[in-house]
Amino acid sequence: MLAITALAVIRMRSLFAVVILFGIYSLLTAVLFVVLDAVDVAFTEAAVGAGISIVLMLGTLLIAGRRADADTHTPLLPLFIVVITGAVLVWGTFDMPHFADPQDPAHQHVAPRYIYDSLAEIGIPNMVTSVLASYRGFDTFGELIVVFTALVGVMALLGIPERRQSRRQVSEKTGPEFSGPILTIGASWMIPFIVLFALYVQFHGDFGPGGGFQAGVIFCSAFVLYALIFGIELTYKTVRPKLLILTSASGVLLYAGTGFVSIILDGNFLDYNVLSNTPKAGQHLGIFLVELGVGITVASVLILIFFSIVQSRKRRYQMQPDNHLDSQVRE
Amino acid sequence: MLVQIISWLLILSGIFFAVTSAVGLFRLPDFFARVHAAGIGDTVSAALIILGLMLNSGFTLISIKLFYILFLLWFTSPISSHSVVKAARHSGLEPFLVEKEKTNRKTD
Repeated sequence: MLAITALAVIRMRSLFAVVILFGIYSLLTAVLFVVLDAVDVAFTEAAVGAGISIVLMLGTLLIAGRRADADTHTPLLPLFIVVITGAVLVWGTFDMPHFADPQDPAHQHVAPRYIYDSLAEIGIPNMVTSVLASYRGFDTFGELIVVFTALVGVMALLGIPERRQSRRQVSEKTGPEFSGPILTIGASWMIPFIVLFALYVQFHGDFGPGGGFQAGVIFCSAFVLYALIFGIELTYKTVRPKLLILTSASGVLLYAGTGFVSIILDGNFLDYNVLSNTPKAGQHLGIFLVELGVGITVASVLILIFFSIVQSRKRRYQMQPDNHLDSQVRE
Repeated sequence: MLVQIISWLLILSGIFFAVTSAVGLFRLPDFFARVHAAGIGDTVSAALIILGLMLNSGFTLISIKLFYILFLLWFTSPISSHSVVKAARHSGLEPFLVEKEKTNRKTD
């Protein structure tokens, strides 16, 4: 199934269909992860791959156009290189241990410590969270900075989203009147539950699958839904872009600050044992703070990227108001 | 035993409706009719399958979770069908019959 979807993605010319197929691909990957018992990864894949990245890609299509250009090169040389590389990679796998081999070095090195000692050392039942936020806390910090850098990149390319100072009221084409009662009432019932679910995922990450990244994405999806139904002006009134810029930075600061506090308290960077009276309580507090930082940053970064895309689309629309509708219909 | 039979009947009829809606999704003439077919699959067949599963699992926590899933599906899928159709109308797609009438009028 994955291979079929990937081939379809390569062959298609309509970028809109390609984006939808990417969503299907992510969903299939998530199912595969569930089958492999990696529930956390599956959750992330479903939320990020099949959810928010599709929204962002569709937004990009609005700016960039829906059709791919025709190929201008012959596919033979790339095919040759890909076949050679693939053959080398397959040849390399002959030396690798078999799948799920207990003698595998990957299962011998640190995995037993995570599996057998993490409950005693960290004190939370979900191993994935303790590896992600505590043992490998520095890596996660790097990931968070990557997310933040992505935001900086997008805003550098598309411009910083800002609330217009004009007194113009909610425009007729995007406001709640345009969406109609079914959508507005449906959305206003859905959004509280989405936010509640996001908070549950955020704070329940210690016990079940979940954590800051997934929670941030779900939180962002609530705002995207709100923006789709009620229009972008009302969304700007709900969360101001300036506030979001502040929170996206403060999440990273919260993460880094947790690390520095543990340095001040005579520990290593991100060593949570010293944060409280007992090591376990310290770990709990540290993981809580770190996940909170991740959730805040991811949510606000994604909402800001969405805002930037919408605003850059709007700017184009204002520049050429006549061409816009015609080109839409022709497509 | 009787409960088992009823639950399997429900699940099988749910599968029947799902297959029907899949066939409709491919065979029906225009976009709006296809959305209609998909909507049937989302609501009726999901409801039947979930009811069957609830009977199968008895009065447990699983049943309550299944009930929530059913509630969510019944809440979201008609709304999403509605919004898809609305978007299609907004971008200028006419239903099949309307276009047919237009062409008939032209030929008359």
